[in-house]
Amino acid sequence: MTTMQTTAPARSSRTPFLVELYRSALGKKYVMAITGLIFMGYVLAHMLGNLKLYQGAEEFNTYADFLRRLLYPIMPESATLNLMRVVLVIALVLHVVAAAQLTAMNRKARPERYRSKRDFVAADFAARTMRWTGVIVLLFVIYHLADFTWGWVNPAPEGASIYERVVASFQVPAISAFYLVANLALGVHLYHGVWSLFQSMGWVSRRFNHWRRMLAVGFTVVVIGGNLSFPIAVLTGIID
Amino acid sequence: MNLTLRVWRQAGPDAPGRFETYEAKGISEDSSFLEMLDTVNEELVAEGEEPIEFMHDCREGICGTCGLMINGRAHGPELGTATCQLHMRTYSDGDELVIEPFRAAGFPIIKDLVVGRSAFDRIIEAGGYVTVDTGSAPDANLTPVPKETADLAMDAAACIGCGACVAACPNGAAQLFTSAKISQLNVLPQGQPERYQRTLGMVEVMEEHFGSCTNMGECEAACPKGISIDFIAMMNKDYRKATFAGRKAG
Ligand code: SF4
Ligand code: FES
Repeated sequence: MTTMQTTAPARSSRTPFLVELYRSALGKKYVMAITGLIFMGYVLAHMLGNLKLYQGAEEFNTYADFLRRLLYPIMPESATLNLMRVVLVIALVLHVVAAAQLTAMNRKARPERYRSKRDFVAADFAARTMRWTGVIVLLFVIYHLADFTWGWVNPAPEGASIYERVVASFQVPAISAFYLVANLALGVHLYHGVWSLFQSMGWVSRRFNHWRRMLAVGFTVVVIGGNLSFPIAVLTGIID
Repeated sequence: MNLTLRVWRQAGPDAPGRFETYEAKGISEDSSFLEMLDTVNEELVAEGEEPIEFMHDCREGICGTCGLMINGRAHGPELGTATCQLHMRTYSDGDELVIEPFRAAGFPIIKDLVVGRSAFDRIIEAGGYVTVDTGSAPDANLTPVPKETADLAMDAAACIGCGACVAACPNGAAQLFTSAKISQLNVLPQGQPERYQRTLGMVEVMEEHFGSCTNMGECEAACPKGISIDFIAMMNKDYRKATFAGRKAG
């Protein structure tokens, strides 16, 4: 039922579409959603790849090597991996900056808080704690990189393989505990985020709407289930 | 029944406010919430005190004037019910009710429980209309509208502009109101010529006054007319298209 959709106001024709979109809060929500989608792809691939831990050191280290040589020799060694890292870092910065800007806007929109206790009906725990789960995940990501990617805080001796680093780390209960907590926070973040991005992207259809929550739950359970299993498997000696 | 009220009293826009405690005695459970406040006010006037100012007009759930935050819920605990349609049978003898005004930067307090909602008018002015020839009335079936489309537009048009969505939103966002007012026109053939202009204009003004949506759905639960957050997603989609089209047109 689209007849004559004409006359959109002619404004700032030289500004690129995405920059124009980012100016508004609605546009920033698009940025949150699109970068969120990138992270969804990333956390799913990350979890699936790490399942190789269960196949032993050799398989796992070969997988790590494969990542480094992705698309090699078309691309120089590590180039594809680094490219993906660049995309992820840009997405992360956008996600965090947009979130901070929107949070500031929302604080301003209710300068006087309610004095009585709010009785929420629909706003669940996950939705109301996105900022905090987000911050926990962010801190965890930094630690996680320092542990496994850069090896700065990893307990394994210098020159250890990635498999040895993973096992050495998870054998320390405190590290495993932090890992478990951070993944639960990520799960809570995903539970709301995966559902929420459909709204922000304007993906709505009365026929498919009920699938959105199911997808969010399914995705969260799969990714977080897999992630949580790794430290537990190391602590219980299934992986050593 | 007898109730204890803790009511927000504020003499003016910039005056400091505070809760005052009142006893509402001998309230009939058949009376409405606003009638209960009337009863309390009569006593206050009899005692020579300032009555509690609150918003009301039609008292039949259709004008969107009333609106109170009652025990942390906009329009009180009944779903799909405006404050004026809330009845005292919802409560039991001895209950304590905390009554606050709707709070948002876009809804400044004028006095006690009365807030200004002119920001909504600014949003409507930015595109919540269709430009039509105001000559003689057009033929009724000149523009055919499919049944589903008409129903959808009617669902959006049910919004009475009460502002409970903003009041309930933890972010003080006006997405539900704005998307309803955009959608009621954007889904109809008559709304097409100004569709994108309308969307860009109304969203822009909305963002000047209110917060940003985080898809919590609290607005939908507070809405006395059951406006669906589907309209928010539809607005987001039209906004994306409008931004893209606006760039091409320029
Ligand atoms: S969307 Fe619902 S809650 Fe918001 S102004 Fe309209 S009727 Fe009131
Ligand atoms: S007074 Fe008109 S809707 Fe409540």
